[in-house]
Amino acid sequence: MAASSSLQKTTLSEGSALAADEEELPSEDEPAISASEDEEGSDDERKHNKLLEAISSMGGRKRRKQNERSEASLQVSEFFVNAEGTGEKVMLSDLLGTVEKTPGTSNKTKKQLRKLENSKDTLDLPLNKQETEKIQRAIAFEKTAQEVALWKTIVMNNQRAEQMVFPLNQEPLGPKRVEQIVAGWKAETPLEQEIFKLLHNNSQPVIDPILTPVEEASLKAMSLEEAKIRRAELQKARALQSYYEAKAKREKKIKSKKYSRVKKKKKRKEFLKQFEEMVKTNPQAALEELQKIEMSRMKERMSLKHQNKSKWAKAKAIMARYDLSARKAMQEQLQINKDLTQKIVVHSDDEHESKGKELETVPDFVNDPEPVIDSVNPWMKGQLTCEEPEVSCVTPEDAQTAEEENKEEELLGEFERKRRLRQADEEALTPAEEKTEHASEVVGEDVVEIADNDENDDKEEEEVEEEEEEEEVDVSEFNTLFKLMRREKTQEAPEVGEELLEGPNRIRNMEDLEVLDEGLEPQPIVAPSLPQTAVVEATSEPTNKKSKEIDLNEVLTKEANVIKVPFLPTVVEEEHDEQISIIKEAFAGDDVISDFIKDKRKQEAAGKPKDVDLTLPGWGEWGGVGLKPSRWKRSRFTVKVAPPPPRQDQKLPDVIISETRDASIGRHQVSYVPFPFANTDQFESCIRTPIGHTWNTHSAVQKMTKPNVVTTMGAIIEPIVKEDFIKEKTTEKTGTKHSSERKQRRSRKRKNKLENE
Amino acid sequence: MKVKVLCRNPDDYVRETTRDIQRVPRNYDPTLHPFEVPREYTRALNATKLQKVFAKPFVASLDGHRDGISCIVKHPKSLSTVISGACDGEVKVWNLSKRECLRTVQAHEGFVRGMCSRFCGTSFFTVGDDKTIKQWNMEAPGYGVRDEPINTILGKTVFTGIDHHYKEGTFATCGQTVDIWDEQRSSPLRSFSWGVDSFNCVRFNPVETELLASCGSDRSIILYDTREAAPLRKVIMKMRNNTLSWNQMEAYYFVCANEDYNLYTYDIRYLDIPVTVHMDHVSAVLDVDYSPTGRELVSASFDKTIRIFGKDAGHSREVYHTKRMQHVICVRWSADNKYIMSGSDEMNIRLWKANASEKLGLLSAREKAAANYNKKLIEKFQYHPQVKRIATYRHLPRELLRQKREQREMKLAQRRKDVNIRKHSKPGSIPVVTEKEKHVVAVVE
Repeated sequence: MAASSSLQKTTLSEGSALAADEEELPSEDEPAISASEDEEGSDDERKHNKLLEAISSMGGRKRRKQNERSEASLQVSEFFVNAEGTGEKVMLSDLLGTVEKTPGTSNKTKKQLRKLENSKDTLDLPLNKQETEKIQRAIAFEKTAQEVALWKTIVMNNQRAEQMVFPLNQEPLGPKRVEQIVAGWKAETPLEQEIFKLLHNNSQPVIDPILTPVEEASLKAMSLEEAKIRRAELQKARALQSYYEAKAKREKKIKSKKYSRVKKKKKRKEFLKQFEEMVKTNPQAALEELQKIEMSRMKERMSLKHQNKSKWAKAKAIMARYDLSARKAMQEQLQINKDLTQKIVVHSDDEHESKGKELETVPDFVNDPEPVIDSVNPWMKGQLTCEEPEVSCVTPEDAQTAEEENKEEELLGEFERKRRLRQADEEALTPAEEKTEHASEVVGEDVVEIADNDENDDKEEEEVEEEEEEEEVDVSEFNTLFKLMRREKTQEAPEVGEELLEGPNRIRNMEDLEVLDEGLEPQPIVAPSLPQTAVVEATSEPTNKKSKEIDLNEVLTKEANVIKVPFLPTVVEEEHDEQISIIKEAFAGDDVISDFIKDKRKQEAAGKPKDVDLTLPGWGEWGGVGLKPSRWKRSRFTVKVAPPPPRQDQKLPDVIISETRDASIGRHQVSYVPFPFANTDQFESCIRTPIGHTWNTHSAVQKMTKPNVVTTMGAIIEPIVKEDFIKEKTTEKTGTKHSSERKQRRSRKRKNKLENE
Repeated sequence: MKVKVLCRNPDDYVRETTRDIQRVPRNYDPTLHPFEVPREYTRALNATKLQKVFAKPFVASLDGHRDGISCIVKHPKSLSTVISGACDGEVKVWNLSKRECLRTVQAHEGFVRGMCSRFCGTSFFTVGDDKTIKQWNMEAPGYGVRDEPINTILGKTVFTGIDHHYKEGTFATCGQTVDIWDEQRSSPLRSFSWGVDSFNCVRFNPVETELLASCGSDRSIILYDTREAAPLRKVIMKMRNNTLSWNQMEAYYFVCANEDYNLYTYDIRYLDIPVTVHMDHVSAVLDVDYSPTGRELVSASFDKTIRIFGKDAGHSREVYHTKRMQHVICVRWSADNKYIMSGSDEMNIRLWKANASEKLGLLSAREKAAANYNKKLIEKFQYHPQVKRIATYRHLPRELLRQKREQREMKLAQRRKDVNIRKHSKPGSIPVVTEKEKHVVAVVE
């Protein structure tokens, strides 16, 4: 019996556990029923009871009367209704029967229930109080730890901050901005309110803007047409600007050397074109340009910038034998130098192919006068006449043979030299002005010089003609320019005859002009300096021109600094050897080792204490010049000092350890690397940087001596407030929303602005 | 003709008023100012010496109590007001600037065990040996009116400590249990207990205001959260903690004053090892308080000294003592970070400067600059032996010094012994226990 009762108990407990498992569905039903019962009247209740009795009487089993009698004492408590009296417990099996019959339940649950029914296991006992509390505590601790950990970043930042000012959330001292004050201000007194009302009614400014609303409105009232036109203009301009900017940006980004080279070339061409134009329209400006070019050329010639003297170039020269790119770079560098120094020649270089034609075409006002005009000068005459036949035969046949040219060149150089000498003699008579001119030109360029000489010759010949000395200078400078121009022109139109081209340079009269062709537009300026006779001597000129050009080239190549690009490693070795030899030379005659030994001996000797001599000459015996104290006395009164402890470097032959380290300084020195510093250098550098005003500016000192913590006397420092520093998640969300809204607004504003513009 | 003249801007050399100092144009070329390191070193040395010369921390002594001071409370809104409770149940309200007692109340029979002021500063609470909690008005009653508490709560057991919430009208007391009270109710809202031992101190966290911690007589520190059903965690140390104090700038740090002469800073997230052990006292530490900046802390000890520690420093930067000061029972750092109040056994409240050599009162800009420069110099050269020697030297009474040496000896002996034991045992069998780990017995979840 006892066993059966215990079994029943277990099933009971099972049932209760199940009930708990089933999510308290029955408990929900119960209150509803009770509520309905409450609503019914007492009559109904009685009827119901009767009905129940009838039903129970119909059943075979009779309930005990005792159960019906409800006593308030035990079963009914103040707080809950005891279900004990209502009858027997509902068995799980009863419930399961209904579940199996209901169609809605799934097979799975049915299976589970059946399994439960069959299982005989008991449930685990609920955790004891200690355990549950422990779990509770652990959870609570986790929660608070997480919450508190939010402070981590703030705490770290505060610790790292260079300066903390307490109290933390101080109102900024000092004057506030007007806007802040105005924004917070409200009209309070009736008088103020009235005034504000008036102001608002008349749309008067409250915060003192520059324009009143009325004025602004009037300003806005520009006619629509006008506004439209203006806007269109602005838009166009802006678009153009933006295109241009974009283009420039794009071009700026291109790093290709080839591109840049092409670009440069283009530029140069453009410049030349412009220059040509300028020569026609505004010779003064052209002259200036020319001078500028000349200047740059001179500068280049003076400097060693693009030559083999720079550090870079030297390094490259060493590298050149290993590295092709270095060689190339060097050559490029040299090319730059060449280009810059030979600016004028560059064009002629370009036209080497058409040299023959060119020779013919180039105007030679320089040389032509000599043979004819210089009748007074036998030197010149003779030479030119010698030259003439040669040239005349050469030019038509083959003008492009370089050897001949060179010969001619040499000859011409001789002529010129001689001529110059002669000229100097002659010019001793001419005014000083001219002389200075020539001198300056000699320095500058050979071509110019020659031209000038010619002019001078001309002058000498035709002093009667209207020649102004001021003009002369310009003209002489222009000669070079014109040569340039001519060459280019001839490139374009090589068919033009010599005469035609020569002519203009010599023209001085209107008549001459009429005779000449169309290509003479620039001539009027030059014309005055040219002799009329020029036209006649056409034949002799081309050779001169030729020679002149070559002469120029020669001069330049002479002056260019030639870099030797070493291709053999022997050169470097030589350098090494050199260095070694230099070192040897420097230390020749020094015996370092013996010096060191001597030095050590000396130091040892210095370290040894000396005997103290206390003898008093003349004390107890005769004294005087030439008399020494007696040996006995000397030995008696010299105090011998104990030998010092052995030197630290006694057994180290190649080391000297100084014994005279100053201990008094050591007392002031730090003997270890203090904590925050990783090494000695750090610490030393920290100590070495002074922070005082003797070495630093006021602001620097202020910055460096800023205290870490600043507190104000009399200001209460409140604890840090969570709300100020840690935003709740919800507020963060709203914050982000705000910020995104703000962004949108801003972008919209920007759009509007653009449109307005 | 062009005449060349020297032309200067008068702004560069003319002073604005005659009271200004003369403007001296400077040339900062370093070659003109050689020997910067030696010169600054000398300056630093002088600054250190001057700092010692001017170190006069003692400001005032407030006498009037007729028994040892058991607790001191700062007024949350007024710097000059301080409330002190004595061992005879008397409570006095002081005006610090006038250095006088404003009001005396016989609050309890027996000790005044604990006091706290309300966050708004309108009233303060006291607990005493007579098992009562009394709330007092901060303002003195009118002439002829008896000074009576606003509210009195009679408890079942003796309360040993009290602290008020920093934002709400609740307060916590400790005794047999830690109780959370509402100001309006006569019974606690809830009471926490964990084990059977009594508590001697309870403190609310000033930042995370729902957190609080208590020191128990079973050598434990227990953390609570008023929102949670159970306490959070318990640390048991080797000896009992007398009081604790929360850092009011760094929410998760608190420091506790231990009977084993040390103070321990804990991070509440990692309670198994204290963050820092502050050593230097030679007797039990009775009270501790963080500075309002959270950078330093002051401790009162049974060895008749007050010591100031850096937040992370293992050793004190300053020690205050006077001939007449006996066992210091309570200490507080003033809310403006400038003063320290200490209450001791011999019935006096003493007012100290927090920075011994700081000049009080208004400073001119130049004075301020000079002070800053000197401070930085000392900081820069703090590792140099001479500077260090002067800066760190403190005079101690003979008895104290003797104790200190004795303890050092003991500590060294212990260490030697440990090393020897380790040396003579199987390698790895005796682990190296750091100073921090030594003092925590267990962390109970």
